[in-house]
Amino acid sequence: MHEEPASIGKSIVINGELSGSEDLTIEGRVDGKIELRNHVLTIGANGRITAQVAAKAIVVLGHVKGNLSATEKVDIRESGSVEGDIVAPRVAIADGSHFRGSIDMQRTEPPVPRDGTAAASERDARAALTGDLIRV
Amino acid sequence: MTSSASESLRAGEPGARFAEIVYSSKTLAQFLTLLFSRPSAELVDLGPVVGANVAFISERIGCKIHVEDLYADLDRHASEGTLDRFAEFLERRLALPDGSADAVLCWDIFDYLSPAAASVLAGELKRVLRPGGSLLAFFSGGGPDDGCYTKYVIENDWRLRLRSYAAACHRERVLHNREITTLFAGLELFGSVLLKSGVREVLFCKPATA
Repeated sequence: MHEEPASIGKSIVINGELSGSEDLTIEGRVDGKIELRNHVLTIGANGRITAQVAAKAIVVLGHVKGNLSATEKVDIRESGSVEGDIVAPRVAIADGSHFRGSIDMQRTEPPVPRDGTAAASERDARAALTGDLIRV
Repeated sequence: MTSSASESLRAGEPGARFAEIVYSSKTLAQFLTLLFSRPSAELVDLGPVVGANVAFISERIGCKIHVEDLYADLDRHASEGTLDRFAEFLERRLALPDGSADAVLCWDIFDYLSPAAASVLAGELKRVLRPGGSLLAFFSGGGPDDGCYTKYVIENDWRLRLRSYAAACHRERVLHNREITTLFAGLELFGSVLLKSGVREVLFCKPATA
């Protein structure tokens, strides 16, 4: 039997901690903390969240005030609004959406030593300043 | 600008004209080369968030982007009639520690600032830049001011797509070369390119010993 995805309706207000082990759509209001570590959280167009959010993937169509952390992806759609810091390996932000904060996309591979690479790149960048434009 | 490949009109407020232009930038490639050479880099973007830029940068490097949309702040001050206090506002706007940013994208924000506000912002940017960090800014050559801001969309290392959108503020003045270098005194001028359109692209670096 096909299970209906879990959802929190428009008129529902939750103050506190919300966690679970299935995908969830929020159309109501949540103030506090949300954890869906291995699942997808969708904040619907009517959703109003003031919370720290952690999930596998987060899709935002409504409003979020708080930090978002995803192990896979954060996706802010056109109607979405986020004020907070995002940590995720992949972040998609649609034109027309609102965002204020920082976006931290972690590296999975080990970092390259800074000094040698930076110096070489600076030389490359300096060497690249040629062309048909007027240089002053 | 070296090319204007396309220009289109978008539906908007009556009489408002929203143009979209593509152009080649020399300094962008240099700026990105410097940025991408710094692992775990922190980039400060003073413009509105652009999803395509986030995607472009994230594909190349796992960096942290601080979106500090000063154009939105300008509009808010304009609508509240507090533009005269914008310089004061900028003194505490960037909540970033000293020497924490590897790169700053100013776009053309300085065109819209009063001399006092420009001076405060330049000081703040010099403060947050890490030694060896870079700063890219564009300055208008005094072309027509149609009451629009520009959203800069990075298409590749050399090409930007410019999208105009409605603004509450107008360009304040044309900053000349000497004023620009004075504003950013203490930073090393890495590259300065004057485009045929009169727009000047300027790339500064903070000396590693600073």
